[in-house]
Amino acid sequence: MLRSMSKCLTFVRCALVVAAALLVLTGGPAVAAQDQPPQPQDEFVPVGNSPAPEQIPAAPLLIGAYIVVLGGLFFYVLSLSRRLGAVQQDVQRLEGELKRRGRA
Amino acid sequence: MTPGTAARPPATPFWRTVWTVLRKDLTVEMRSGEIAYTTLFFAASCVLIFAFALVKEGKAPEGGAAGILWIAILFAGTLALGRAFERERQAETLRALLLAPVPRPAIYVGKLLGIVALLVAAEAVLLPLVDFLFTARLFVHPFWLAGIVVTCTVGLASVGTLFAAMLVRTRSRDMLLPVLLYPIVVPVIIAGVQGTAALAQPAFDEALVRFWLLLLVTFDIVFVVLALWTFEAVMSD
Amino acid sequence: MPKWFTPAAILCGLMFIISPVLIARAPDEAAMGMVYKIYYYHMPSAWMFLLAPLVCGVSSALFLARGRGEDDRRAWAAAELTVLFGALTLITGPLWARRAWGTWWVWDARLTSSLVGWMIGWAYLILRRYGGPGSDKLAAGVALFGAVNVPFIFISVNYWRTIHPPTTIVPRLPVDMGVPLWFCVFAFLLLFILLMTMRLRLEVARTRLDALYVALDE
Repeated sequence: MLRSMSKCLTFVRCALVVAAALLVLTGGPAVAAQDQPPQPQDEFVPVGNSPAPEQIPAAPLLIGAYIVVLGGLFFYVLSLSRRLGAVQQDVQRLEGELKRRGRA
Repeated sequence: MTPGTAARPPATPFWRTVWTVLRKDLTVEMRSGEIAYTTLFFAASCVLIFAFALVKEGKAPEGGAAGILWIAILFAGTLALGRAFERERQAETLRALLLAPVPRPAIYVGKLLGIVALLVAAEAVLLPLVDFLFTARLFVHPFWLAGIVVTCTVGLASVGTLFAAMLVRTRSRDMLLPVLLYPIVVPVIIAGVQGTAALAQPAFDEALVRFWLLLLVTFDIVFVVLALWTFEAVMSD
Repeated sequence: MPKWFTPAAILCGLMFIISPVLIARAPDEAAMGMVYKIYYYHMPSAWMFLLAPLVCGVSSALFLARGRGEDDRRAWAAAELTVLFGALTLITGPLWARRAWGTWWVWDARLTSSLVGWMIGWAYLILRRYGGPGSDKLAAGVALFGAVNVPFIFISVNYWRTIHPPTTIVPRLPVDMGVPLWFCVFAFLLLFILLMTMRLRLEVARTRLDALYVALDE
């Protein structure tokens, strides 16, 4: 069973390599033929001082993003601590119960 | 051979097991027709509802036919997968299959081919229906269409067969199958929809269709290999 | 908790307190101005979002191969962190995109595959919660598919034409932008390790609780 399965998988692995190679060779022109979205930036360019009025509209988005991240992490840690505390309480209660029954 | 031990039966070869499982499923299905008829009726109903909802004054939404086709196939396929393995569970035949001295991955491949055959049979009816209702021009390039349809169906069925088999003994299996299946097959659906839509364009772009077809083939190979590795481990209890 | 946990947690807290100072000192970007600074939290979140399903997938593969409970617990913890860091990435990204691209969302390969990866994390957690007995192995199977999605998410932005910045951004960052970025990356990585440790501790405690219930019934 193992031999037939490994044969099957070896064949399939080879097919995977061939398919991936075909994709690389033939996919490029097809990808290039797709509708062109706006060109992405491929590097960030720093500036000196940005004029203040341009910063204002971005501020709510920036502050909102940081609040989301820090708030999300804080609430997750809180939730985890609560769950852990509840389970540890139950563990202690049951261990006490077991000890009592052991004595009884 | 040591005294007192019985001779173990030789393991059945891989492809013979695949053919036996496939033939069993096709025979049961041809006698009852339960899954085939219900799947086809459900898929056709989906397409009709989309037609009622979206076709305005005899005009279908631009490029919508491909998405509607694959949504109908996905929903109908989910029902078919659930029902196929529910039938095995009720008859206790899945336990018998797992106890048989056959390679487990062969059982998976046999079930997969059965599901693919069922869905392709349903698609043979759905494609003309979608083409008619949405004036989609799907059959202008029939060989490319067949390639896209079969590879996308294999992609859906490869993951669906694994998860349906995994979930057969789980509670809430009817609800969990789409929850698990749909996120994973999104890339396959996207490729299927884009490939089918590219076929229906007035200006046929062969390179673009070939790209989506190759992407589907890659997904199929990755998913089938993963499913072969996983099936044995998750069906061992 | 292990002995290193408290000092590491204090260090991590300090790093998160210092990080806004470093980020504020970084220069604005020529095209995007100040809003690009969301990047300093968005990108480390995204890297943890890619790391978590890989940890989940590897642990799941080990669990299916070896059948050890510790691998399963690690996979479950990593799946929860996939959902957490995925949510942070998928929220901060559109906030940045609204200003940088003029739109909240585009259905390109990177964003779509990221959303799919996040949903696979949810599917794992739903299966663990409602799947009943035997859902550990089933979820391990799901996690393998989620792990396979990760390389696709990473390379998609180089392979497909997309508005999302490619992976060449990081190696080409100037020093005054790179320092706060790597500081945040290490802060997030340390946080990831701490959260994994806490979450694993919860699973160990749950396993102990189940064993105590069984012992009480006997």
